[in-house]
Amino acid sequence: MFSFLKKSTKKTIPNGHVPKIKMTGVYKTFGEKNVLNGVDLEIKKGESLVIIGGSGTGKSVTLKCILGLLSPDKGSIKIDGEDVLNMSPHERERINKQIGMLFQGAALFDSMSVWENVAFGLLQGQKMRKKAARAIAIEKLAQVGLTEDVADMYPADLSGGMKKRVGLARAIATNPEIIFFDEPTTGLDPIMSDVINDLIVSCVKKLGATALTITHDMASARKIADRIAMLYEGKIIWIGTVKEIEKTTNPYVRQFIAGSATGPIHISAKE
Amino acid sequence: MEFIRLIGRVFINFFEAAGRLGIFTLKVIYSCLTPPFYFKQLFSQFLEVGFYSLPVVALTTTFAGMVIALQTYTGFARVSAEGAVSMVVWIAVTRELAPVMAGLMVAGRIGASMAAELGTMRVTEQIDALTTLSTDPFKYLISPRVIAGLLMLPILVLIGDVLGICGGYLIGVYKLDFNATSYLVNTWNFMKPIDVISGLVKAGVFGFIIALMGCYNGFYSKGGAQGVGTATTNAVVSSSILILVFNYIITEIFFRT
Repeated sequence: MFSFLKKSTKKTIPNGHVPKIKMTGVYKTFGEKNVLNGVDLEIKKGESLVIIGGSGTGKSVTLKCILGLLSPDKGSIKIDGEDVLNMSPHERERINKQIGMLFQGAALFDSMSVWENVAFGLLQGQKMRKKAARAIAIEKLAQVGLTEDVADMYPADLSGGMKKRVGLARAIATNPEIIFFDEPTTGLDPIMSDVINDLIVSCVKKLGATALTITHDMASARKIADRIAMLYEGKIIWIGTVKEIEKTTNPYVRQFIAGSATGPIHISAKE
Repeated sequence: MEFIRLIGRVFINFFEAAGRLGIFTLKVIYSCLTPPFYFKQLFSQFLEVGFYSLPVVALTTTFAGMVIALQTYTGFARVSAEGAVSMVVWIAVTRELAPVMAGLMVAGRIGASMAAELGTMRVTEQIDALTTLSTDPFKYLISPRVIAGLLMLPILVLIGDVLGICGGYLIGVYKLDFNATSYLVNTWNFMKPIDVISGLVKAGVFGFIIALMGCYNGFYSKGGAQGVGTATTNAVVSSSILILVFNYIITEIFFRT
């Protein structure tokens, strides 16, 4: 309850074999609804893992638990071998400094210009000077295919695809070790979706970052992923490589990738 | 059985909300007192809460001073005590009208805008984005607003005091035909620092309440546009009620006989 008063504890040094992110038996309940029912997941350093699953299966909650935006009821989450659930806010900030995140709706600060959005982590987190931060912001914008004249525009002036690009530039601005992508192609046309997928792949490769993406877009998952995990009813029910998913006999995964209404996954009218 | 369950639910909801507000308040106080401090945000909130609220506070307190002079004159004429106008204007404006009017006006203007802004930031995940960018939303968004409320309201009320007294003077001298010098001398002789001080203490508390309730309702808003609308309404209603409740409590503390 009073976690904000906790003092920071000693940092543990990660060792080479420790997974970048490890979730063990993570449970999360909202009221009477069990959203996560014991999620176990390991993401290796430099790996790109995509979590697929239908709406309401707990994908976003999983991501928010790792990010520290939600606290799980039970279980452990480790980043570089450090338990992030019992950290003080100060320590959590240190961990978050190595994380970049692309939100579903881009979540750009509408009171700031595009370059200020991109440079936010540099200006606030790293206390970089404005001129240097702007230069990096423009470089990152170029990396996602946006020209310098976009830098002084405001998020309200941008299209959906441009917002996603700016969000991506912001996510990679601080050269993070881990990048999260929340439904990166939702709301975009198929061509723009592919452009964003390509940008994600190239940015992640260039940084050598560990990436965790949640999506229900299979084309996106196939393009971005080294491994794909399927979340169903709050549990990881299948995990494997992109090649393996095409050959799997798991009926849940088969139904999902086929996009079929018939199969073991039933969507009730209430949902 | 159902009735008992209902009572239980009401109590649980009440204590849950009170507990959440209590923890929120503690977090806000802690954030206001510990670094990092975002001076640019603080300055822009000083402008927003203080400078841009000045016209509305100036207008309301001036007219409040004018109307109290008029009402006192016509009301006190029944007991042939018209001469008390300047004193009543002084007491009413400094102790009550300026702080309460300014508080309610700023609650409508600033409390609503804080709730709407933070609420929109919440539903568009901008607050989550702040956290992922290693920036504590309490320190970056809420502390500057609360500090601005706490410091700017007393300044606004001090200006409101002067304008309210001037409003009373204008009506007293130009409409009710009091002698200008004797009106001013009467006011001067009747002045006590405690009247102004109590008003300024009230203003500080009201400023804190306005910013706290605006931020609290905005920060925890959910459910899209409707949620933001509800947060805005709740911010204004709850801060207005709390202003009136704390107005009584502070008056009781200062002027208990």
